[in-house]
Amino acid sequence: MEKALLLAGSAIGAGLAMIAGIGPGIGEGYAVGKACEAIGRQPEASGAVTRTMFVGCAVAESTGIYSFVVALILLFANPLLGKL
Amino acid sequence: MKLSDFLTGVKEVEVNGPKIITSFTIPGIDLTINLTETIVVGWIVMLVLLGLILFLTHNMQVRAVSKRQMIAEMLVETVENLVESSMGKKFRSFAPYVATIFAFSCFGSLISLLGLRPVTGDFNTTFCWGLMTFMLVEYAKIRTNGVGGYLKGFFEPIPLMFPINLLSEVATPVSMGFRHFGNVAGGMIITSLLYFALTAASTALGLAVPVLTVGIPAVLSVYFDLFTGFMQAFIFIMLTMAYLDSAFGSEE
Repeated sequence: MEKALLLAGSAIGAGLAMIAGIGPGIGEGYAVGKACEAIGRQPEASGAVTRTMFVGCAVAESTGIYSFVVALILLFANPLLGKL
Repeated sequence: MKLSDFLTGVKEVEVNGPKIITSFTIPGIDLTINLTETIVVGWIVMLVLLGLILFLTHNMQVRAVSKRQMIAEMLVETVENLVESSMGKKFRSFAPYVATIFAFSCFGSLISLLGLRPVTGDFNTTFCWGLMTFMLVEYAKIRTNGVGGYLKGFFEPIPLMFPINLLSEVATPVSMGFRHFGNVAGGMIITSLLYFALTAASTALGLAVPVLTVGIPAVLSVYFDLFTGFMQAFIFIMLTMAYLDSAFGSEE
Protein backbone atom coordinates (compact mmCIF):
# COMPACT_ATOMS: atom_id res chain seq x y z
CA MET A 1 0.00 0.00 0.00
CA GLU A 2 2.74 2.41 1.00
CA LYS A 3 4.69 1.50 -2.11
CA ALA A 4 1.71 2.06 -4.39
CA LEU A 5 1.11 5.44 -2.80
CA LEU A 6 4.75 6.38 -3.23
CA LEU A 7 4.83 5.28 -6.86
CA ALA A 8 1.64 7.18 -7.63
CA GLY A 9 3.03 10.27 -5.96
CA SER A 10 6.28 9.93 -7.92
CA ALA A 11 4.44 9.60 -11.22
CA ILE A 12 2.35 12.68 -10.50
CA GLY A 13 5.47 14.53 -9.38
CA ALA A 14 7.27 13.61 -12.58
CA GLY A 15 4.36 14.94 -14.60
CA LEU A 16 4.28 18.14 -12.59
CA ALA A 17 8.04 18.58 -12.97
CA MET A 18 7.69 18.57 -16.73
CA ILE A 19 5.44 21.65 -16.56
CA ALA A 20 8.74 23.50 -16.39
CA GLY A 21 9.00 22.76 -20.11
CA ILE A 22 6.76 25.77 -20.72
CA GLY A 23 9.49 28.19 -19.70
CA PRO A 24 12.18 27.17 -22.19
CA GLY A 25 9.50 26.93 -24.89
CA ILE A 26 8.49 30.53 -24.48
CA GLY A 27 12.04 31.72 -23.97
CA GLU A 28 13.49 29.95 -26.99
CA GLY A 29 10.62 31.04 -29.19
CA TYR A 30 11.25 34.62 -28.18
CA ALA A 31 14.99 34.27 -28.81
CA VAL A 32 14.47 32.74 -32.26
CA GLY A 33 11.92 35.42 -33.16
CA LYS A 34 14.36 38.14 -32.23
CA ALA A 35 17.12 36.40 -34.18
CA CYS A 36 14.86 36.31 -37.25
CA GLU A 37 14.24 40.02 -36.86
CA ALA A 38 17.96 40.66 -36.58
CA ILE A 39 18.71 38.60 -39.69
CA GLY A 40 15.94 40.45 -41.53
CA ARG A 41 17.56 43.76 -40.64
CA GLN A 42 21.13 42.66 -41.27
CA PRO A 43 21.28 39.61 -43.54
CA GLU A 44 25.07 39.83 -43.74
CA ALA A 45 25.38 39.06 -40.01
CA SER A 46 23.26 35.92 -40.22
CA GLY A 47 26.13 33.57 -39.33
CA ALA A 48 27.05 35.32 -36.11
CA VAL A 49 23.39 35.82 -35.16
CA THR A 50 22.58 32.14 -35.70
CA ARG A 51 25.58 30.99 -33.65
CA THR A 52 24.73 33.32 -30.78
CA MET A 53 21.09 32.30 -30.94
CA PHE A 54 21.90 28.60 -30.63
CA VAL A 55 24.11 29.19 -27.60
CA GLY A 56 21.42 31.38 -26.04
CA CYS A 57 18.80 28.74 -26.73
CA ALA A 58 20.99 26.10 -25.12
CA VAL A 59 21.35 28.20 -21.99
CA ALA A 60 17.62 28.94 -21.92
CA GLU A 61 16.97 25.22 -22.21
CA SER A 62 18.78 24.46 -18.93
CA THR A 63 15.72 24.79 -16.70
CA GLY A 64 13.75 22.46 -18.94
CA ILE A 65 16.56 19.92 -18.86
CA TYR A 66 16.76 20.13 -15.05
CA SER A 67 13.07 19.40 -14.77
CA PHE A 68 13.49 16.53 -17.21
CA VAL A 69 16.29 15.08 -15.10
CA VAL A 70 14.11 15.37 -11.99
CA ALA A 71 11.30 13.55 -13.81
CA LEU A 72 13.74 10.84 -14.94
CA ILE A 73 15.02 10.32 -11.40
CA LEU A 74 11.48 10.12 -10.05
CA LEU A 75 10.44 7.58 -12.67
CA PHE A 76 13.47 5.35 -13.14
CA ALA A 77 15.82 5.80 -10.19
CA ASN A 78 13.52 6.78 -7.37
CA PRO A 79 15.60 7.46 -4.26
CA LEU A 80 12.51 7.43 -2.03
CA LEU A 81 11.85 3.74 -2.64
CA GLY A 82 14.86 2.82 -0.54
CA LYS A 83 13.38 4.61 2.46
CA LEU A 84 10.33 2.39 2.79
CA MET B 1 16.09 -1.66 -29.73
CA LYS B 2 16.90 -5.17 -30.82
CA LEU B 3 16.50 -6.56 -34.30
CA SER B 4 13.74 -8.93 -33.19
CA ASP B 5 11.72 -5.91 -32.06
CA PHE B 6 11.04 -5.12 -35.70
CA LEU B 7 9.08 -8.35 -36.01
CA THR B 8 7.33 -8.55 -32.68
CA GLY B 9 7.18 -4.87 -31.80
CA VAL B 10 7.99 -3.24 -28.49
CA LYS B 11 5.55 -4.54 -25.91
CA GLU B 12 6.76 -2.58 -22.91
CA VAL B 13 8.66 0.61 -22.40
CA GLU B 14 12.15 -0.14 -21.16
CA VAL B 15 14.42 2.67 -20.13
CA ASN B 16 17.69 1.46 -18.72
CA GLY B 17 21.02 2.98 -17.91
CA PRO B 18 24.09 1.65 -19.66
CA LYS B 19 24.53 -2.09 -19.12
CA ILE B 20 27.35 -3.24 -16.88
CA ILE B 21 29.37 -5.78 -18.83
CA THR B 22 31.81 -6.87 -16.13
CA SER B 23 33.06 -5.42 -12.89
CA PHE B 24 36.54 -5.54 -11.41
CA THR B 25 37.38 -5.31 -7.77
CA ILE B 26 40.69 -3.73 -6.99
CA PRO B 27 42.31 -5.79 -4.22
CA GLY B 28 43.49 -3.97 -1.13
CA ILE B 29 41.14 -0.99 -1.35
CA ASP B 30 37.42 -1.60 -1.41
CA LEU B 31 36.74 -0.25 -4.88
CA THR B 32 34.70 -1.78 -7.66
CA ILE B 33 35.10 -0.58 -11.21
CA ASN B 34 32.24 -1.32 -13.57
CA LEU B 35 33.04 -1.82 -17.21
CA THR B 36 29.88 -0.37 -18.74
CA GLU B 37 28.50 -0.22 -22.24
CA THR B 38 29.42 3.47 -22.36
CA ILE B 39 33.11 2.73 -21.81
CA VAL B 40 33.20 0.05 -24.50
CA VAL B 41 31.35 2.20 -27.04
CA GLY B 42 33.55 5.14 -26.05
CA TRP B 43 36.66 3.12 -26.91
CA ILE B 44 35.08 2.12 -30.21
CA VAL B 45 34.46 5.80 -30.98
CA MET B 46 38.05 6.64 -30.06
CA LEU B 47 39.38 3.89 -32.32
CA VAL B 48 37.17 5.04 -35.19
CA LEU B 49 38.33 8.62 -34.75
CA LEU B 50 41.97 7.56 -34.51
CA GLY B 51 41.65 5.49 -37.66
CA LEU B 52 39.93 8.34 -39.49
CA ILE B 53 42.58 10.87 -38.49
CA LEU B 54 45.43 8.53 -39.39
CA PHE B 55 43.78 7.83 -42.74
CA LEU B 56 43.33 11.55 -43.44
CA THR B 57 46.81 12.65 -42.43
CA HIS B 58 49.22 9.89 -43.44
CA ASN B 59 51.68 10.66 -46.21
CA MET B 60 51.11 14.42 -46.22
CA GLN B 61 52.83 16.50 -48.90
CA VAL B 62 53.60 20.17 -49.36
CA ARG B 63 52.97 20.01 -53.10
CA ALA B 64 50.62 17.74 -55.05
CA VAL B 65 48.08 17.75 -52.24
CA SER B 66 45.82 14.71 -52.23
CA LYS B 67 42.07 14.85 -51.64
CA ARG B 68 42.47 13.29 -48.19
CA GLN B 69 44.91 15.96 -47.15
CA MET B 70 42.61 18.70 -48.45
CA ILE B 71 39.78 17.39 -46.27
CA ALA B 72 42.10 17.29 -43.25
CA GLU B 73 43.32 20.82 -43.89
CA MET B 74 39.76 22.05 -44.34
CA LEU B 75 38.71 20.53 -41.01
CA VAL B 76 41.65 22.08 -39.15
CA GLU B 77 41.06 25.45 -40.76
CA THR B 78 37.34 25.42 -39.97
CA VAL B 79 38.00 24.76 -36.28
CA GLU B 80 40.77 27.35 -36.08
CA ASN B 81 38.59 29.98 -37.75
CA LEU B 82 35.74 29.19 -35.37
CA VAL B 83 38.01 29.50 -32.32
CA GLU B 84 39.54 32.67 -33.70
CA SER B 85 36.22 34.31 -34.44
CA SER B 86 34.76 33.56 -31.01
CA MET B 87 37.85 33.95 -28.80
CA GLY B 88 40.33 36.02 -30.78
CA LYS B 89 43.65 35.22 -32.44
CA LYS B 90 45.54 34.82 -29.17
CA PHE B 91 43.66 31.68 -28.19
CA ARG B 92 44.30 29.64 -31.32
CA SER B 93 46.11 27.12 -29.12
CA PHE B 94 42.74 26.01 -27.72
CA ALA B 95 41.65 24.76 -31.14
CA PRO B 96 42.87 21.15 -30.58
CA TYR B 97 40.95 20.87 -27.30
CA VAL B 98 37.81 22.26 -28.87
CA ALA B 99 38.12 20.02 -31.93
CA THR B 100 38.68 16.94 -29.77
CA ILE B 101 35.56 17.53 -27.69
CA PHE B 102 33.53 18.30 -30.79
CA ALA B 103 34.66 15.20 -32.65
CA PHE B 104 34.19 12.86 -29.70
CA SER B 105 30.79 14.30 -28.84
CA CYS B 106 29.58 14.30 -32.43
CA PHE B 107 30.70 10.73 -33.13
CA GLY B 108 29.62 9.59 -29.70
CA SER B 109 26.07 10.74 -30.42
CA LEU B 110 26.00 9.65 -34.05
CA ILE B 111 27.05 6.10 -33.15
CA SER B 112 23.45 5.58 -32.05
CA LEU B 113 22.65 5.35 -35.77
CA LEU B 114 24.47 1.99 -35.73
CA GLY B 115 22.25 0.74 -32.93
CA LEU B 116 24.85 1.16 -30.21
CA ARG B 117 24.13 3.13 -27.08
CA PRO B 118 25.32 6.73 -27.54
CA VAL B 119 28.28 7.65 -25.35
CA THR B 120 26.69 11.00 -24.57
CA GLY B 121 23.55 9.32 -23.22
CA ASP B 122 25.46 8.71 -19.99
CA PHE B 123 25.78 11.53 -17.50
CA ASN B 124 29.28 10.38 -16.50
CA THR B 125 30.65 11.18 -19.94
CA THR B 126 29.18 14.63 -20.33
CA PHE B 127 29.86 15.58 -16.71
CA CYS B 128 33.48 14.57 -17.23
CA TRP B 129 33.74 16.92 -20.22
CA GLY B 130 32.05 19.64 -18.19
CA LEU B 131 34.62 19.12 -15.41
CA MET B 132 37.48 19.37 -17.90
CA THR B 133 36.18 22.68 -19.19
CA PHE B 134 35.49 23.84 -15.64
CA MET B 135 39.08 23.17 -14.57
CA LEU B 136 40.38 24.97 -17.63
CA VAL B 137 38.15 27.95 -16.86
CA GLU B 138 39.21 28.07 -13.19
CA TYR B 139 42.86 27.83 -14.23
CA ALA B 140 42.31 30.69 -16.67
CA LYS B 141 40.66 32.80 -13.98
CA ILE B 142 43.46 32.19 -11.49
CA ARG B 143 46.08 32.97 -14.10
CA THR B 144 44.34 36.16 -15.14
CA ASN B 145 43.47 37.59 -11.73
CA GLY B 146 45.99 35.87 -9.44
CA VAL B 147 44.93 33.73 -6.49
CA GLY B 148 43.90 36.76 -4.42
CA GLY B 149 41.86 38.29 -7.21
CA TYR B 150 40.26 34.93 -7.93
CA LEU B 151 39.15 34.48 -4.32
CA LYS B 152 38.07 38.10 -4.14
CA GLY B 153 35.82 37.53 -7.13
CA PHE B 154 33.59 35.34 -4.98
CA PHE B 155 32.86 38.22 -2.59
CA GLU B 156 31.76 40.68 -5.24
CA PRO B 157 29.75 42.87 -5.45
CA ILE B 158 29.06 42.41 -1.71
CA PRO B 159 30.38 39.69 0.63
CA LEU B 160 26.82 38.52 1.25
CA MET B 161 26.76 37.15 -2.30
CA PHE B 162 29.43 34.52 -1.53
CA PRO B 163 27.11 31.47 -1.42
CA ILE B 164 25.37 32.49 -4.62
CA ASN B 165 28.65 33.12 -6.43
CA LEU B 166 30.01 29.76 -5.26
CA LEU B 167 26.85 28.01 -6.40
CA SER B 168 26.90 29.62 -9.82
CA GLU B 169 30.53 28.57 -10.20
CA VAL B 170 29.84 24.95 -9.24
CA ALA B 171 26.72 24.87 -11.41
CA THR B 172 28.75 25.43 -14.58
CA PRO B 173 29.99 21.84 -15.18
CA VAL B 174 26.76 20.36 -13.82
CA SER B 175 24.59 22.37 -16.17
CA MET B 176 26.86 21.70 -19.14
CA GLY B 177 26.80 17.99 -18.40
CA PHE B 178 23.06 17.83 -17.78
CA ARG B 179 22.27 19.82 -20.92
CA HIS B 180 24.07 17.45 -23.22
CA PHE B 181 22.97 14.32 -21.37
CA GLY B 182 19.36 15.47 -21.11
CA ASN B 183 19.01 16.14 -24.81
CA VAL B 184 20.40 12.76 -25.84
CA ALA B 185 18.61 10.79 -23.11
CA GLY B 186 15.36 12.59 -23.86
CA GLY B 187 15.68 11.58 -27.49
CA MET B 188 16.25 7.95 -26.49
CA ILE B 189 13.21 7.90 -24.21
CA ILE B 190 10.90 9.59 -26.71
CA THR B 191 12.03 7.17 -29.43
CA SER B 192 11.32 4.15 -27.24
CA LEU B 193 7.93 5.60 -26.26
CA LEU B 194 7.13 6.10 -29.93
CA TYR B 195 8.02 2.48 -30.75
CA PHE B 196 5.77 1.35 -27.92
CA ALA B 197 2.90 3.54 -29.10
CA LEU B 198 3.22 2.47 -32.72
CA THR B 199 3.30 -1.20 -31.71
CA ALA B 200 0.16 -0.69 -29.65
CA ALA B 201 -1.50 1.10 -32.56
CA SER B 202 -0.60 -1.74 -34.94
CA THR B 203 -1.99 -4.30 -32.51
CA ALA B 204 -5.18 -2.28 -32.15
CA LEU B 205 -5.56 -2.32 -35.92
CA GLY B 206 -5.25 -6.10 -35.84
CA LEU B 207 -1.87 -6.39 -37.56
CA ALA B 208 0.35 -9.27 -36.46
CA VAL B 209 3.56 -7.59 -37.60
CA PRO B 210 3.88 -3.96 -36.40
CA VAL B 211 3.92 -2.38 -39.84
CA LEU B 212 3.54 1.12 -38.44
CA THR B 213 6.95 1.01 -36.76
CA VAL B 214 8.60 0.93 -40.18
CA GLY B 215 9.58 4.34 -41.44
CA ILE B 216 7.70 6.64 -39.07
CA PRO B 217 10.37 6.64 -36.30
CA ALA B 218 13.00 7.47 -38.93
CA VAL B 219 11.63 11.01 -39.13
CA LEU B 220 12.20 11.49 -35.40
CA SER B 221 15.57 9.80 -35.68
CA VAL B 222 16.73 12.47 -38.11
CA TYR B 223 15.96 15.08 -35.47
CA PHE B 224 17.09 13.25 -32.34
CA ASP B 225 20.13 11.43 -33.69
CA LEU B 226 21.47 13.65 -36.45
CA PHE B 227 20.37 17.16 -35.52
CA THR B 228 20.56 16.92 -31.73
CA GLY B 229 23.84 15.02 -31.81
CA PHE B 230 25.50 17.61 -33.99
CA MET B 231 23.85 20.60 -32.33
CA GLN B 232 24.72 19.58 -28.78
CA ALA B 233 28.35 19.00 -29.74
CA PHE B 234 28.42 22.44 -31.32
CA ILE B 235 26.73 24.08 -28.33
CA PHE B 236 29.13 22.36 -25.95
CA ILE B 237 32.19 23.76 -27.69
CA MET B 238 30.58 27.21 -28.13
CA LEU B 239 29.87 27.35 -24.39
CA THR B 240 33.39 26.12 -23.64
CA MET B 241 34.81 28.93 -25.73
CA ALA B 242 32.44 31.51 -24.26
CA TYR B 243 33.39 30.57 -20.68
CA LEU B 244 37.09 30.52 -21.53
CA ASP B 245 36.82 33.83 -23.31
CA SER B 246 35.16 35.52 -20.36
CA ALA B 247 37.69 33.96 -17.97
CA PHE B 248 40.65 35.24 -19.96
CA GLY B 249 38.79 38.43 -20.87
CA SER B 250 40.29 40.99 -18.51
CA GLU B 251 43.83 40.06 -19.55
CA GLU B 252 43.63 42.05 -22.78
